[in-house]
Amino acid sequence: MKVKWLLTFPPELTGEPVTYALIKNFNLKINILKASIDLNVSGNLLVLADGTKNEIGSALAWLKTTGVSVDPGDSQIVWNEVLCVHCGACTAICPTKALSLDPSSWMVAFEGEKCLECGHCVPACPIGAISNNKGLNNA
Amino acid sequence: MAARKTYDEINQKIKEGNAVVVTADEVLDIVAEKGIREAAKYVDVVTTATFGPMCSTGAFMNFGHADPPIRMTNVLLNNVPAYAGLAAVDAYMGATETSLDKGINYGGAHVICDLVDGKSIRLNASSPGTDCYPRKNIETWINLDDVNEAYLYNPRNAYQNYSAATNTSDSPLYTYMGILKPGMGNVHYCTSGQLNPLLNDPYYRTIGIGTRIFLAGAQGFVSWMGTQFSSGRKRNGKGLPDAPGGTLAVSGDLRSMTTDFLKPAVFKDYGISMFVGIGVPIPILDEEMMSCVSVSDKDIFTTIEDYSVKRRDKPSLGTVSYEELRSGNINIQGRKIPTAPITSLHKSRQIAELLKQEIENGEFEISKPVQRFPLNSALKSLEIKNKEGR
Repeated sequence: MKVKWLLTFPPELTGEPVTYALIKNFNLKINILKASIDLNVSGNLLVLADGTKNEIGSALAWLKTTGVSVDPGDSQIVWNEVLCVHCGACTAICPTKALSLDPSSWMVAFEGEKCLECGHCVPACPIGAISNNKGLNNA
Repeated sequence: MAARKTYDEINQKIKEGNAVVVTADEVLDIVAEKGIREAAKYVDVVTTATFGPMCSTGAFMNFGHADPPIRMTNVLLNNVPAYAGLAAVDAYMGATETSLDKGINYGGAHVICDLVDGKSIRLNASSPGTDCYPRKNIETWINLDDVNEAYLYNPRNAYQNYSAATNTSDSPLYTYMGILKPGMGNVHYCTSGQLNPLLNDPYYRTIGIGTRIFLAGAQGFVSWMGTQFSSGRKRNGKGLPDAPGGTLAVSGDLRSMTTDFLKPAVFKDYGISMFVGIGVPIPILDEEMMSCVSVSDKDIFTTIEDYSVKRRDKPSLGTVSYEELRSGNINIQGRKIPTAPITSLHKSRQIAELLKQEIENGEFEISKPVQRFPLNSALKSLEIKNKEGR
């Protein structure tokens, strides 16, 4: 299974090799989608973690003991399907095609797994159908 | 025998429930199967539609007279200025007008949609006062049931083609074509292409003054040629301009409209516009009309303009077909650039389908234009000169 995590590092943990531990100790395939972190300051890492249910569960339990806060990475950008008029103005703005137009129905679709949380889609929507619940520091 | 049908014959079929009505998408398969000649005999009406941001949109309304009465000079609706340089209680709310306190987050388009949704709107008006209209101020609440007339009158909608936009500069551009990323990061285009009304009747044979149309859910009318009407534009072999051509001025009763097909649009750092849904039925009078409506996205070309050149005439980076634009990527100068529409094809198709059903149900008659549009209109520019013209 794949899960997306938004990891927030307090200053004292910015020097810890957390990603290394996730890979080495929990056998996870980690894909860093976005990083915004400075040593001894603080920061975020948006990662896509791929592993078995057990591996992911153990890694999550360990992460919680470290002091790194873990938020589900897919809950930050909210696309309101009811408000959306499916114009498509957000789709070429999105760097990862997380927002895309179905070439048959021409309806917008949002795939949270692909989303980098860059937030560029929020002002691109003329209807106000996309919002950023939290976002990264530089979003 | 060549297929020829009159407006009356088609309307008779509509009344009897026998008319063959298809959308401008569906007609392509019919033409491919039967050919123009047989398709012209078979199909009676083709429905076209568009749903995109159209800034030149607004509503006239008449508030009725208070007692004592007032000749309104300054009018605010939910704190958005309306134009009141008309008779005492007439006003025009333009879609792009912005709120005095909320800026572009609320404006004329929002007021119009709130009215259509049945909401109450705060009306503030002032006046110097006259012998016949002594009141100087009024504050009250109105809704769509309270006012006398309330109708959309949009001076320019439903462009026959429009240039696509990109940005070759190093900074993002915030435009009415959406956000254009730096370094040609994207190309945005509008119009519904092969579903677009005026691209299916390129010489305005059936779409003219008086044509009955679907306007945001209501039955409205084409009231005039739209502003910036440039029918004299160079055309390709199919009669289609590869840049903005004709436009429509349209009107219709707000009370019959729905905000499913009328929506405020807010473009960051540009301002307010309004998504307007328009559907136009095209009667298939003969083979020539069938030939016109058989136009497809691969036949329609548009110019790509560089919006980073902040001048009236923007340089062209080439022409591209709607088929290419719809593929999601186009090639400019050897680079693959992502494309996106700002006109909703999904909503446009919904409108074409709804209009088709209304005609099939005998609820919507087609109408012959009272007056056709000129074919040689050229777009003029505004030159800066003195009174003597120098």
